[in-house]
Amino acid sequence: MKARHLDTLLLLLCLGFAWELIYALVGPDVVPSPVTTLRRAGELVQTANFWKDAASTGHAFALACAIGIGGGIAIGLLLGFSKLATEVADPMLGTIYSIPKITLYPIILLIFGLNLSAKVAFGVIHGVFPVIIATMSALRNVPPIHRRTAHVLGLSPAATISTVLVPAALPEIFSGIRIGVAVTLLGTLLAEMFASASGLGFALTRAMELHEVVDIFALALLIFASAAILNGSLLALERRLRGHD
Amino acid sequence: MINRLTMIPPTEMAGALWQIASSGKFNADILFTVTNTAAAITLSVIGGFLAGATLHAMPRLRHAANPLLSAYYAVPVFVFYPLLIVAFGVGRGALIAMGALVGIVAMIVNTLDGLDRVPPVLIKTAEVLKLGYARKLLLVRLPAALPYLVTGVKLAAAYSVIGIVAGEFILATAGIGKRIAFGYQDFDNRTMYGMLLLLLILVMVVNGALAYWEKRLHRRFGRS
Repeated sequence: MKARHLDTLLLLLCLGFAWELIYALVGPDVVPSPVTTLRRAGELVQTANFWKDAASTGHAFALACAIGIGGGIAIGLLLGFSKLATEVADPMLGTIYSIPKITLYPIILLIFGLNLSAKVAFGVIHGVFPVIIATMSALRNVPPIHRRTAHVLGLSPAATISTVLVPAALPEIFSGIRIGVAVTLLGTLLAEMFASASGLGFALTRAMELHEVVDIFALALLIFASAAILNGSLLALERRLRGHD
Repeated sequence: MINRLTMIPPTEMAGALWQIASSGKFNADILFTVTNTAAAITLSVIGGFLAGATLHAMPRLRHAANPLLSAYYAVPVFVFYPLLIVAFGVGRGALIAMGALVGIVAMIVNTLDGLDRVPPVLIKTAEVLKLGYARKLLLVRLPAALPYLVTGVKLAAAYSVIGIVAGEFILATAGIGKRIAFGYQDFDNRTMYGMLLLLLILVMVVNGALAYWEKRLHRRFGRS
């Protein structure tokens, strides 16, 4: 366990070194050095503007997560309880999940207008499908013996759901939630990059248009780091839910 | 019922698509996106396969890279697009690189998965038959891993399209995504919905074909 973490750390160091090498090759106009980027990132987190953008992104992201995950679990449970509904909906959801949703953003903008709700809606259409699919498949994978036991014990449908099915399906639903959270963040940032007046995605596009290479790198690094931390903590929670392995 | 500025009826979308197809006014854009996507998919499939095979041969490196690979799709890699623009300029280069970057890791992960699942008995048989390294790779390992490799190709294709179209949306010189974004900005709903429909049809056809191929391969190899 420890040795593996060390290896990963070594690999990250190598990647940092490769970055430095590329910087030495192509020069500061294209790629800033790691040190400059880190310093700029350190400066950025002390500015009020950065936190305004981060708060705007965070607000949209949190709303989108709440709606996408809540809605996804509700729809997934509804569909998952009926075998017929699962079989009909599964291939359709798979197809919808695979289309590039960025193409739908103009439609969403036309419906919601250029504001917070468009960002939230775009995040939601990214995040809701993996959660629905995971919830449905989690219910399908609950061992039949659980249901039969509940039946034998004479549990009411509500008690069966809350004390048997949901606990049994929870770990798999949770990995759906983790994927959902990740793509919701992607959706929110994409929405901000394409058309928006605030947020980290907007700050990125602005830096790109002004050709502020160091700013782009620093922002990308900060977004990367927060996404990685978020994913890591969800993963740790998931491991705990699964008990062991 | 719905404001015409928001959405046009489906029949009109199909009509707009027909008009686009018959007039040929966007042929250059369509070709631009299709060739870029093909290039990005090719790059990510070949690169991903080579990287996956290399990692498979080096277990220690693989264990070290594993957390990075599994976290890759959890971070929005697309935020790299502005950097690619700076590095390659606005044009094909940045788009192809974006598409390949988004697609390659799916291919790496599935290559590893496929090589892991080659049944040990096949490898042993190959050793009994005294096949050389190259023939063992070509005749035994690759065919056995093929269903998983096709899964990788399917995912890499889906992700590459997202990377490229998203890139065209943000900043590009041409392409289907660019036309859709332009149509949106000019309130030219016929162009926007027509191109949108075209893109969705293209994606669904490619995805459907790959999914069908994948299913057939899995069925054929699933029995062993």
